[in-house]
Amino acid sequence: MTGHDHDHHHHDPEHSELSETELRVRALETILSEKGYVDPAALDLLIETYETKVGPRNGARVVARAWTDPAYRARLLKDATPAIAELGYAGRQGEHIVALENTPTLHNMVVCTLCSCYPWPVLGLPPIWYKSAPYRSKAVKDPRGVLRDFGFELPTGTDVRVWDSTAEIRYLVLPIRPAGTNGWSEERLEALVSRDSMIGTGLPKQPHEIA
Amino acid sequence: MDGAHDMGGVPWSDPVLPEPDEPMFHAEWERRAFAITLAMAMPGGWNIDMSRFAREDRPPEEYLGKSYYQIWLAGLERLMLERGLIASDEIEAGKPLHQTRPVTKTLTSEGVAAMLHRGGPTQREAKNPARFAVGDRVRAKTIHPPTHTRLPRYVRGYVGTVEMLHGVHVFPDSNSLGNENPQWLYTVTFDGRELWGPDGDASVKTSVDAWESYLEPA
Repeated sequence: MTGHDHDHHHHDPEHSELSETELRVRALETILSEKGYVDPAALDLLIETYETKVGPRNGARVVARAWTDPAYRARLLKDATPAIAELGYAGRQGEHIVALENTPTLHNMVVCTLCSCYPWPVLGLPPIWYKSAPYRSKAVKDPRGVLRDFGFELPTGTDVRVWDSTAEIRYLVLPIRPAGTNGWSEERLEALVSRDSMIGTGLPKQPHEIA
Repeated sequence: MDGAHDMGGVPWSDPVLPEPDEPMFHAEWERRAFAITLAMAMPGGWNIDMSRFAREDRPPEEYLGKSYYQIWLAGLERLMLERGLIASDEIEAGKPLHQTRPVTKTLTSEGVAAMLHRGGPTQREAKNPARFAVGDRVRAKTIHPPTHTRLPRYVRGYVGTVEMLHGVHVFPDSNSLGNENPQWLYTVTFDGRELWGPDGDASVKTSVDAWESYLEPA
């Protein structure tokens, strides 16, 4: 459950167990392959899919489209699953998606206190902090404190709405389009959409940050 | 079950630590554990709620002492051991020692894209009308089942407002035991001070997604 920094791992008691875990996983893969239960090529493809194809760039496309196309935005907020499927993103851990609109007076934040539920087709696999005990415990009680851990403060007057993903509904935050982006193309806007802004633990980048 | 996995509101002194370079996996074994877990659900035949229960059903010191993918691994081993797909002595030996139990399906590389695209939709046809409507005040029941549940402790006993209806979905508490028993699913929203008392942040509202049998009229 803890963050790992491999460069500073020497005093972590888990370190000595890592090789044991590594050996155990290898043993399992050998046994399961030899029994014909798993195909190592399928395992490689699963890893490659989530390391290279499915990730927050997908969600950024959804957000940028919603920022530029009012009809798309309306479809997304009404029923996000088919609207997201229009862009080709669907399936595992995104079977039922709801989009949450941030406004100047309402900031949405998504958590899974019970495990690690996260909208894979649009954001990929969750980052380690999303799965960590501090995030899962604090997000529902002190979301402003969590945002301070991420280095920003919401203005007073902005309410916070926390969504605990306890079922198979997956939530995607639609952040506020940054000022100073009038006339920007969808592609250019995509670069502003940070992963954390779609979880609610961050804000989109400002135009000057991607100059 | 009441377990260490149910973390909402538990005091935790560490800050949330964003990771600067964010590798998706932190060791090669994590990659393999992730993929084996996804692939084994097909021959194994278990559902997502059985997987979740296999991960969370362990003593707090064990749950908190393991890293995320170590928990996945422990859950996967349990599911396979329970079904006789592997045996403990095989894991120790690192090779098959016993006859292979036949399975009906396995995941091939040709099947990966379709499997991921299909996912595991949990919505089912509604057979009866929803008991609650948007705006209704409802109380989350105080329950402590020894088996799997998705009603977190921090809302049990508290009153919230129905904010959304999501249709009828497979009920995890029974699905983890092999029975889908689909029910209406609601987003129920609680005021910060209802959940955390007068010191709670009044500008915060928190919701959970709750199945109908978790709720009673308030």
